[in-house]
Amino acid sequence: MTTRRSVIKSLAMLIGAAALPLAMHGAQAADPLNIGYVYVSPIGDAGWTFQHDQGRQQMEAALNGKITTKAVENVAEGSDAERVIREFAASGHKLVFTTSFGYMNYTERVAKQFPKTVFLHATGYKMGKNMGIYNARFYEGRYLTGVIAGKMSKSNVLGYVAAFPIPEVLQGINAFALGARSVNPNAEVRVIWVNSWFDPGKEREAATTLISQGADMITHHTDSTAVVQAAEEKGVHAFGYHSDMSKYGARAHLTATTHQWGDFYTRTAQAVLDGTWKPGSVWGGHKEGMIKLAPLNPAIPADTVAKVHELEAGLTAGTFHPFTGPVVDQDGKQRLAAGAVMDDATLGKMDYFVQGVASRLPKN
Amino acid sequence: MLLELEARAEPSRLMAYLSPLLAVVLTLIGGLIVFAALGKDPLQGFQVFFLNPVKDAYGISELLLKATPLMLIAVGLAVGFRANVWNIGAEGQYIVGAAAASGLALYFVESESAMLLPAMVIAGAVGGAAWASIPAFLRTRFNANEILTSLMLVYIAQLGVSWLVHGPWKDPDGFNFPQSQMFGDSALLPMLVEGTRLNFAFVMALGLLAAGYIFMQRSFLGFQMRVSGQASAAARYAGFSASRTIWIGLLAGGAAAGIAGMGEVAGPMGQLTEHVASNYGFAAIIVAFIGRLNPVGIFFGSLLMALLYLGGEQAQQYLNLPSSISKVFQGMLLFFLLGADVFIHYRLRLAGKKS
Repeated sequence: MTTRRSVIKSLAMLIGAAALPLAMHGAQAADPLNIGYVYVSPIGDAGWTFQHDQGRQQMEAALNGKITTKAVENVAEGSDAERVIREFAASGHKLVFTTSFGYMNYTERVAKQFPKTVFLHATGYKMGKNMGIYNARFYEGRYLTGVIAGKMSKSNVLGYVAAFPIPEVLQGINAFALGARSVNPNAEVRVIWVNSWFDPGKEREAATTLISQGADMITHHTDSTAVVQAAEEKGVHAFGYHSDMSKYGARAHLTATTHQWGDFYTRTAQAVLDGTWKPGSVWGGHKEGMIKLAPLNPAIPADTVAKVHELEAGLTAGTFHPFTGPVVDQDGKQRLAAGAVMDDATLGKMDYFVQGVASRLPKN
Repeated sequence: MLLELEARAEPSRLMAYLSPLLAVVLTLIGGLIVFAALGKDPLQGFQVFFLNPVKDAYGISELLLKATPLMLIAVGLAVGFRANVWNIGAEGQYIVGAAAASGLALYFVESESAMLLPAMVIAGAVGGAAWASIPAFLRTRFNANEILTSLMLVYIAQLGVSWLVHGPWKDPDGFNFPQSQMFGDSALLPMLVEGTRLNFAFVMALGLLAAGYIFMQRSFLGFQMRVSGQASAAARYAGFSASRTIWIGLLAGGAAAGIAGMGEVAGPMGQLTEHVASNYGFAAIIVAFIGRLNPVGIFFGSLLMALLYLGGEQAQQYLNLPSSISKVFQGMLLFFLLGADVFIHYRLRLAGKKS
């Protein structure tokens, strides 16, 4: 009995001692701007959420002392999201970033309840007085990687593991194909849909299938690193997505289309601090510093590197657009006249494959 | 020194009811240790995790909202579990119920009829029950294990709903994103408290808990099913139908899960998306056992489970703890409960010693 009692006693002492430093933190000098982040997956060490978190940290460093940030990871895109978003607003966060499409309607509802808080929703299309949207022009990076793939492929078969046939994904596949075709008219892109944003098992299986069909360059529009790892094992090349994935396949990984949110986050937070923030839609690419290629693998030939740098410069200057006509779809129908540049509204409705993609779109 | 488990002649009835409470207390203590190990102040951790989520009326409304589908599913599952019918696929039945109710809401999206909501509830129940009837048929006709079949049907239901929102039910104005249209107002459950998300589904859950209590504790059929679960030979000898037990056990679980799915799409979501399933179907299995397969216990078990979810969110927001903290707590709770149950039925003794 004594033993048990002394265990309880020491436990009580432990709890009591731990409670001592519970003293409240005093208020900071000037009230900092509290910023909340809602993430759809665990932060991890590569991928969509990881890039957002890198951006958050970059902003924190840039606006040191003027802001505080908090993040909640792995928030499902169901009704739980509304509670997390609302809790941020209710607890004095004046700027909230919700970083996945599925948060759109929940963000909108909370935004209406908290008119003095600024909400920014990534990849959606609904806006409000205090709700803006933002996204990146992923297709710019895709075009560049397509150029590299077209130049380096020996089999002329390029593999693409993709999640769902929504416009954002189709833009990427088509830009990849256009880039490859611009330097190699014989290149063709084969697509396998895995019907999931994150399923390493299926992504890997799809990659292996593409490789066995002769693809010697593969890339993916899904969230894991499985495709790069499969390429490394099978001795083909791969392009990462979201993050620099070179550590998952140092030989295979040629480069990656990476998302760079830090500057955008810093600018937005500064605008909210200054009281100059206005709702709007930001869709940024190289020009805004939101899309960048990861360091190029030395295996890429010098002339290809030069070509990529030239195109990057064009994208940054705004003189080059990957979807410049003529754009012809798989069935030979002209979707954009020669010399014209596709506008954003048309890009947002993309529902076809261009010439150069060998696979067919799933029919509903 | 070897330890042995020895069956107790008479398991304590009192302890059978106390063991969930014991498990809760042990989970709390375990939680304090986890907080301390993570370098957080345990008391502050406790406060953020268990008290903060219910600090105001809105928080309590969210707790009840989160607990509602758990109550609905768990009480339906309890009917089967008592009869040793192991429906593990409530998640799938929930999804199909949600999809069936959504089908009505989308087909009658312009409707202002007051009959739409009741019809959606029925559609949800029928959808869930229909999905559960597959394992019931396979079990009674081919003696296929319902644990496996009901679980595998979860994945089929998930892919089915994914197909619906990517295909025929995709919002035509939704820029090709995988989601249905937003439901019309007459397809949304009325709110119980203005300014919160707590809706009529909570009342349905309470009603179903009461119905479950009457069926399981007071009806002859419920008694027959309990006997089948506890002593199948005795049940056969008494002439109770084994296949009827299986059918009722699975259909009850399916219908209740289907109603829960309806409550989610017609409640806080207001549309059908791929994210309708939030693991309620699996979490409700834990709830059913914490609640001792008893509707009163399930009511409190659901609240506790919901609190673990809400607390996990708050622990991330205020303590920078990782999201897996909720799962750690759920795991501890189930572990301590099962551990306590072991000691209700067995005592520990040193090997070789005669007792």
